Amino acid sequence: MELSVNGHAVYAHTGGRPFDPALPVVVLIHGAGMDHTVWSLQTRYLAHHGRAVLAVDLPGHGRSAGAPLASVAELADWIVALLDAAGVERAALVGHSMGALVALDTAARHGGRVESLALLGVAEVMPVHPDLLAAAAANDPSSIELVIGWGHGPRGHVGGSAAPGLALLPGGRRLMQRTPPGVLGVDLAACNAYARGTEAASAVACPTLFLLGAADRMTPAKAGRALAAKVKSSQVVVLPGIGHMVMTESPDAVVDALAEHLAPKAR
Amino acid sequence: MAEAKFLKFDTLSLHAGQRPDPATGARAVPIYQSTSFVFDDTDHAASLFNLERAGHIYSRISNPTVAVLEERLAALEGGVGAVCTASGQAALTLAILTLMDAGGHIVASSSLYGGSRNLLAYTLPRFGITTTFVNPRDLDGFRNAIRPETRLVFGEVLGNPGLEVLDIPKVSQIAHDAGLPLLVDATFVTPYLCKPLSFGADLVMHSCTKWLAGHGVAIGGVVIDGGTFDWEASGKFPTLTEPYAGYHGIDFVEEFGPAAFVMRARAEGLRDFGACMSPMNAFQILQGVETLPLRMKGHIHNTRKVVGFLESEAYSDKGSVAWVTYPELVDHPDHRLSARLLPHGAGSIISFGIRSSDPGGGRDAGRRFIEKLALFSHLANVGDAKSLVIHPASTTHAQLDAEALKASGVGEDMIRLSIGLEDCDDLIDDLRQALRAATKP
Repeated sequence: MELSVNGHAVYAHTGGRPFDPALPVVVLIHGAGMDHTVWSLQTRYLAHHGRAVLAVDLPGHGRSAGAPLASVAELADWIVALLDAAGVERAALVGHSMGALVALDTAARHGGRVESLALLGVAEVMPVHPDLLAAAAANDPSSIELVIGWGHGPRGHVGGSAAPGLALLPGGRRLMQRTPPGVLGVDLAACNAYARGTEAASAVACPTLFLLGAADRMTPAKAGRALAAKVKSSQVVVLPGIGHMVMTESPDAVVDALAEHLAPKAR
Repeated sequence: MAEAKFLKFDTLSLHAGQRPDPATGARAVPIYQSTSFVFDDTDHAASLFNLERAGHIYSRISNPTVAVLEERLAALEGGVGAVCTASGQAALTLAILTLMDAGGHIVASSSLYGGSRNLLAYTLPRFGITTTFVNPRDLDGFRNAIRPETRLVFGEVLGNPGLEVLDIPKVSQIAHDAGLPLLVDATFVTPYLCKPLSFGADLVMHSCTKWLAGHGVAIGGVVIDGGTFDWEASGKFPTLTEPYAGYHGIDFVEEFGPAAFVMRARAEGLRDFGACMSPMNAFQILQGVETLPLRMKGHIHNTRKVVGFLESEAYSDKGSVAWVTYPELVDHPDHRLSARLLPHGAGSIISFGIRSSDPGGGRDAGRRFIEKLALFSHLANVGDAKSLVIHPASTTHAQLDAEALKASGVGEDMIRLSIGLEDCDDLIDDLRQALRAATKP
């Protein structure tokens, strides 16, 4: 569906069902240089299992207009503006990598708007190597190769894709090549600059699921666990053999974990 | 910063798409000879049918053994995904029918495998899809043949059997300028010698029956999606960019991004047309792909030796060879292009003509030559580990009239060799004795 957020056209995929804000709402937030298609299986599953889903394209990504936003804090404020535009009071946020930092920061500073969090491929800080930052800023294609090469675990590199006939690594590469020039550099700089992880984690009051890849070389599971330890109500699921691209490398396990995490619980 | 590391071609040939079977630990790819797969529960069943979960339902649509081959071939070509089919012809048909409806038009190289030409020239017009054939070296011809209703540009990396090299960078640019994808048949080269996606092609197809398998025991095809073509920007492909009532209203580009084509080809094309690959054939072709790099090195080594022999015959006054066509030869019109696109070798097909002063000309001498060969097998295939020979004008291209034969680059005297992996001295001995026997006065 198309929305207007802060004066710009924004696209959010609703998983093959019309968006109904009366249902429990889930917002899926992609990582640096990507778009809503990284969540294709999860989006469809959740939309057909009782949730209203917004798999959003962040500004400047995918089908959304506008320039990419320069900081995690700006993106978190933008998520609140997105909820306003969609007529949603509270939503569960699911984020990957940069999107996980955005979800975390939103929950920390706008706690009243966030029902729960699921954070995939996340760490308290996400320092980006200066060479990668420079390559991405210069739109050097090597920046995509670095992200794709380091971002996938054995399932991406050797294969054995859950989706018949799809090759994960070339698929991830093509997805990033479609992102407009300049966007990856802005995204990675935003990740690199984010220093509020500890503070944000301590401020999060909602139930938080951490979905971590045991073979993640960008945000190692150990760092994800350390962050989880700082959130009051957290649960950690570590997926063996999986790298940083958790939702594409292990789509079914992610669907299972999200389904359980988002299920209405007796309080 | 450490550079990104990726598995290399030889490793991918052996491993891509497979990890040891989680149920049994089997290291080889198991043959999942099962029509269908049990659902965990009713919700799992519904989710699989609705593309909410990844997995196998019914082997016409996907199968675990076939999926390993699909992923392996996609990885070797650098594509985002692949669909295997019952044959190479089924792969071409699937690609075309995924992209266009009745009224659609194709611009194709005139130098094609005879079966592909039959499909385009005679069969698809019955369903309202027409083709304009263009000499593969005529770049303006490609440009000028494109019409508002054109939906695809198609050619073979190496023309069959004339061995014209398709200028993939330039032809893809012509296609892209017109908002069209380029589909390339790379059967003759395999990804070991040429990756068409890296030169600008958008879709690649193979007859897996040939060099990918190598053993000549299984028929199969594959179409691989490069994930590069922008279907939405083109605006000519409603099958990929508009909701599909036959699949829960899915808009494939919106849903699957770069994998839109390959997802539609499976979800609709395999489901409805049903030309799937059997698990046994996928297993047999996988055995071939594991040794693809080793075999292609051997094919190229032998081919270059045989080309040298035929050239020496052609240059000798007493020799019995009138001409030799191989893209690496300096007198081949595409030899510079071949060096750029095919630096590791220009395949293992050689065409040549027999020098003869017979009243019957090269045609009769050619027939005698084929009958005298002992090691080369006379049959209608290429890309086997065993060396093969055929006379195209009377067999693979026999449906073509004289004009179409000429357009396809097939002379009456043309002999086509597919060089195998025997000791090349034995191959040359066999060729020498058959040439002498065929041309002695």
